Amino acid sequence: MEHKTKVHAENGKQELFITRDFDLPVELLFKAYTEPHLVEQWMGTKVVQLEPKNQGAYRFETTDPKGNIHRFNGVIHEFALNQKITRTFEMENTPFPVQLEFLEFEALSAETSRLVMQIIYKSAAHRDQMLQMPFEFGINMAHNRLQQIAKAQ
Amino acid sequence: MDLRRDVFQALADPTRRGILTLLAASALTPGAIAEHFGTARQTISKHIQILTECELLTPAQKGREILYQLNAVKMKEVADFLEPFRQLWEARFDKLESVMKNYQTTH
Repeated sequence: MEHKTKVHAENGKQELFITRDFDLPVELLFKAYTEPHLVEQWMGTKVVQLEPKNQGAYRFETTDPKGNIHRFNGVIHEFALNQKITRTFEMENTPFPVQLEFLEFEALSAETSRLVMQIIYKSAAHRDQMLQMPFEFGINMAHNRLQQIAKAQ
Repeated sequence: MDLRRDVFQALADPTRRGILTLLAASALTPGAIAEHFGTARQTISKHIQILTECELLTPAQKGREILYQLNAVKMKEVADFLEPFRQLWEARFDKLESVMKNYQTTH
């Protein structure tokens, strides 16, 4: 079965592409990025600030299960309704450098749409590090579970 | 655990990724690999050593020569490293789709 979400990351490049087709009109897909209460629902974050406009800014907050607060922020460089959002993304208080994101929205039909997200990192090594994070997290989770099982024996 | 991390360090280097791409076509001797990259044989030997240590390459004796070939099993395991990242976004976008469908029916 073909995946709905595709990730394209060429070796040695400092960018990657995420492409997703939605069973939604493009206006609704775009709205998911501009209405704070909707952003909160699908991203699972608290929206502290969101100004969807040229030279706007945003700031999100999440609380992990341990009660730690993680903050994310960025500047919206370019904003074209139902077409395009160009923005930066930064995780506060982490060593990860800011990244640049180009979001392009496209109507495929009256009821379907496509989002292409191009993310540019400071270096190819930083990109690879971001790509590996969920993978290593998965291994660590598996490792922790094994340890728990071992301890329970 | 450490072994996995080593694999990623091995893959982080563009020359080493180039060696893997080259060997995907056919097994080669260190000399032939070095020739292809136009770098010192010593440098290539070091890269081959790292790739062999993390089991991405396996040496095979052929007559007086040693040929290096891809370890297909290990390569498949590593090729899947993008999958958790993809799944993360898939889950996020699935959520977006369901939130917006819900919104669509109530507005």
